[in-house]
Amino acid sequence: MEAAVTVSGLVVDRGRRRVLHGLSFAVPPGQVTGLLGPSGSGKTTLMRALVGVQRVRSGEVTVLGAPAGTPALRARVGYVTQAPSVYDDLSVRENARYFAALYGMSAREADAAIADVGLSDHAGQLVGDLSGGQRGRASLACALVGCPEVLVLDEPTVGLDPVLRVELWGRFHALAEAGTTLIISSHVMDEAGRCDRLLLLRDGELLADSTPAQLRTDGRSQDLEEAFLNLVRAREEVAA
Amino acid sequence: MSAASTTLERTRPAHVSPRLTAATAGRVLRQLRHDHRTIAMMLVLPSVLLGLLYLLWKDLPTIPGQPSIFDRVGLTMLGIFPFVVMFLVTSIAMLRERTSGTLERLLTTPLARLDLLLGYGLAFGLAAALQALVTVGIATTVYGLEVAGSITLVVLIAVADAVLGVALGLLASAFARTEFQAVQFMPVIVLPQFFLCGLLVPVDQMAGWLQAISNVLPLTYAVEALQEVGRSAAATGTMWTDIGIVAGAALLALALAAATLRRRTS
Repeated sequence: MEAAVTVSGLVVDRGRRRVLHGLSFAVPPGQVTGLLGPSGSGKTTLMRALVGVQRVRSGEVTVLGAPAGTPALRARVGYVTQAPSVYDDLSVRENARYFAALYGMSAREADAAIADVGLSDHAGQLVGDLSGGQRGRASLACALVGCPEVLVLDEPTVGLDPVLRVELWGRFHALAEAGTTLIISSHVMDEAGRCDRLLLLRDGELLADSTPAQLRTDGRSQDLEEAFLNLVRAREEVAA
Repeated sequence: MSAASTTLERTRPAHVSPRLTAATAGRVLRQLRHDHRTIAMMLVLPSVLLGLLYLLWKDLPTIPGQPSIFDRVGLTMLGIFPFVVMFLVTSIAMLRERTSGTLERLLTTPLARLDLLLGYGLAFGLAAALQALVTVGIATTVYGLEVAGSITLVVLIAVADAVLGVALGLLASAFARTEFQAVQFMPVIVLPQFFLCGLLVPVDQMAGWLQAISNVLPLTYAVEALQEVGRSAAATGTMWTDIGIVAGAALLALALAAATLRRRTS
């Protein structure tokens, strides 16, 4: 099957600092691909490149067969930023309906997206009056409403209670089964186990492009966090 | 990829869509609707300030055969209020889009950049029409402001001024990184136009080089248009030309704002 996202030789500079050092990988369609790495490893920059709002130095990013960010892609790729990017002075429903309109969807689909993130009871409330976790879900609803083929989510489960987190991961896998390609970043390794594939990023370099099972084998540990650390150490030893 | 995709973006820009422009205008108006104090201030404040001017000049003698100072200044202010208010409101609103991350998100959706800017222009243009109706209504009834020409034309010019304010506000916000900077663009862009628009000193009495500057500032034409309506009962050609210039300047500023709104940032 053809990859949903192909990245080759991606180099990004921010100011004088090189943030991504020539990344190359492919993301298979209809799966949940986790983008894992510590804070500052370049996850957000990489995601911005995938949705076409990041100025890149060199390399190629192809999404669904087209260069990232081209007009034709914008209705097919959804993006949820790390900080909730919705209008605080609008209700959840008004936010969802606006983004629905932008994607050519109806009010009915907006209500369905709100239900999907479990905010139906708060639909009439101003986003500014919601808790941080609810705000994040409102932001997620505004991406789901477009029924994108590729969904790029930057740390969507930060600050959520465990029950809700499990629910959302269930939702992500249901979307993947229906054919959506999801790329989800996280800095907590216990979420890595929930992904079909893993991309481990550290200091702007790809440490591993693997599956959770493979990572456990390569990192010689059942604990993914430990396996990740073992990989980092092994690489540093090679470098030294 | 950057080279390839930027070329593609340039040769095939996302098309401006009336549907998305309207959706955006609706969204901006809904945001406004939740902010009752802003609506109240937008509708009432110009009338209150105009009342202050009315009281200021009420008891001063007028020169026979000439319009009173209040008729001249009050009428001009009907064009200046919406320009200033909409400039400020828009530059803050756009800065909020930028800092809250909603702008970046919008740029990943099918919304064209010009759709976003036209949406703002439409929304605040409508708000300005409402503001102008209230202000003109109160000025002509309560304060006895005398206008020789049509009141509808006064409202039309006020709306054109508001759209000009919106367009310049959107353009200015592209150069502001913080709220402090955004607010200070007001004196930079608004005050010189106010000083040189012909209200404080008639344009033909200014020094030649000041006249030259005044002639390239759009607010000058808005003020001239209002003075035309104040003077003559029928709509004059000069007035229509002036309105055309104001509208053209607004469109130019919107186009420049769209050009300075970068989709890709570092």
